[in-house]
Amino acid sequence: MTNNSTFKGYLRQDGRKGIRNVIAVVYLVECAHHVAREISSSFGGRQIHLIGFPGCYPNQYADRIMNSICTHPNVGAVLLVSLGCESFNRNRLKDNIEKSGRPVHLVGIQKTGGTRKTIDEGKKWVSETLEKIKAVPLVDMGLHELSIGTICGGSDATSGISANPAVGRAFDTLVAKGAVCIFEETGEMIGLENMMSTRARTPALAGELQKSVEKAAIYYSKMGHGSFAPGNADGGLTTIEEKSMGAYSKSGNSLITGLIKPGDIPAQGGLYLMDVVPDGEPVFGFPNINDNAEIVEMIASGSHLILFTTGRGSVVGSAISPVIKICANPETYDRLSDDMDINAGKILNGHATLDEVGDEIVNKVIWVAKGGQSCSEELGHQEFILTYKKFEPIGPSCLPGF
Amino acid sequence: MKKLILLHVLDNVLIVRKSIEAGEQVVINGNLLLFKKGIEVGHKVAARDIQQGEQIIKYGISIGSATENISVGTHIHLHNMKSDYLPTYTLEKEFGNDK
Repeated sequence: MTNNSTFKGYLRQDGRKGIRNVIAVVYLVECAHHVAREISSSFGGRQIHLIGFPGCYPNQYADRIMNSICTHPNVGAVLLVSLGCESFNRNRLKDNIEKSGRPVHLVGIQKTGGTRKTIDEGKKWVSETLEKIKAVPLVDMGLHELSIGTICGGSDATSGISANPAVGRAFDTLVAKGAVCIFEETGEMIGLENMMSTRARTPALAGELQKSVEKAAIYYSKMGHGSFAPGNADGGLTTIEEKSMGAYSKSGNSLITGLIKPGDIPAQGGLYLMDVVPDGEPVFGFPNINDNAEIVEMIASGSHLILFTTGRGSVVGSAISPVIKICANPETYDRLSDDMDINAGKILNGHATLDEVGDEIVNKVIWVAKGGQSCSEELGHQEFILTYKKFEPIGPSCLPGF
Repeated sequence: MKKLILLHVLDNVLIVRKSIEAGEQVVINGNLLLFKKGIEVGHKVAARDIQQGEQIIKYGISIGSATENISVGTHIHLHNMKSDYLPTYTLEKEFGNDK
């Protein structure tokens, strides 16, 4: 690991620190998407990120996630773009952003007088605000103040052998340094519930971890489909248990500190499992319809950056928090090297060990935290998706302090 | 470089570390075996003979069970094993239309 593992962070008025200073342009219903896109794309740069919620019906989960993301430490200011008649509670969102000390502005398309006038007003506000947020103080920040999420996408059978266990090594180092590390997709822990629960910090948490995976198995059975795509099978993965074992290895060997649900922000460092499967009967469909839906949830729980492993070759990035791509398959790396930050495939070729690639990942985390652009950032990837879900609040035995 | 690796001592499968070409010969447990078809990196082959219904062990844990008798060196995938939890979806079996 590099000796100098401190960097500069943007100090927010709520005391949290960010590694980016993004202006989020937020559409509050699909009907406002085009106007928001025209505003954000007119800046062409990398600092203005377009995010939004497409639905016109209210949803407590989406409301919570959006509030959390708009007050995320990587966000410096927010422009809310409303049509005017949608259900999203724009006033409460605006109040919460204001309370967090960030510049915020709400433009309503119906109120402002249509597409062109709203785009003009939005562009004007973003231009002025870009200048204003240059004044956000930069302060020292260390790994113990960083939150890192991990996800695998476009997995193949090499993912669980090279990239995922290498992320596990990196997580062990980062957890030891006091960082918050989040792993997820309880649907990809199916078959491992007993093994995983032995790593829980307390017996009560062990029971909760077990229950969260049992919930996932029941939910996915009702949906008639596991978290498994045809490309996974082409890449040599045969069953959900096999995929699970590979995915699980991203978590490393640390004790599991807590279980969180999307939007819960861990108050202290440690390793956390995110329970992404909705509670109750399936109402709105699959838990997460794609990888970006999971990335958004980890960002809503505070992740400053995301470690994304892939074997088949996913190219996605994310709005708000940088995504670091770790490629598991040496043949995929050769084809898609422009999109990949780290070649973990060299472990399979015998050119590096898991520990060496684990160290390389930690160094890349520090480099990106210092402002270095990850491949997906540099290529302009800013994917974002938020849909409907339903959750009960997390139980008390899931979090540290009980 | 070895073409096949054993991930865990309890495993009854070996992992293809570098793609095996059709017609290639590879040694498994002292037996020289001919691969009529190529096998891509990451896929599994039987490390020993496996009986129908027996668990397939990878990473030291069960990842499903054999749906037929599998002889040493055979490619193990959707055609001869299944999940003990949820069925695996492929484009060929889309929406239950087994083509």
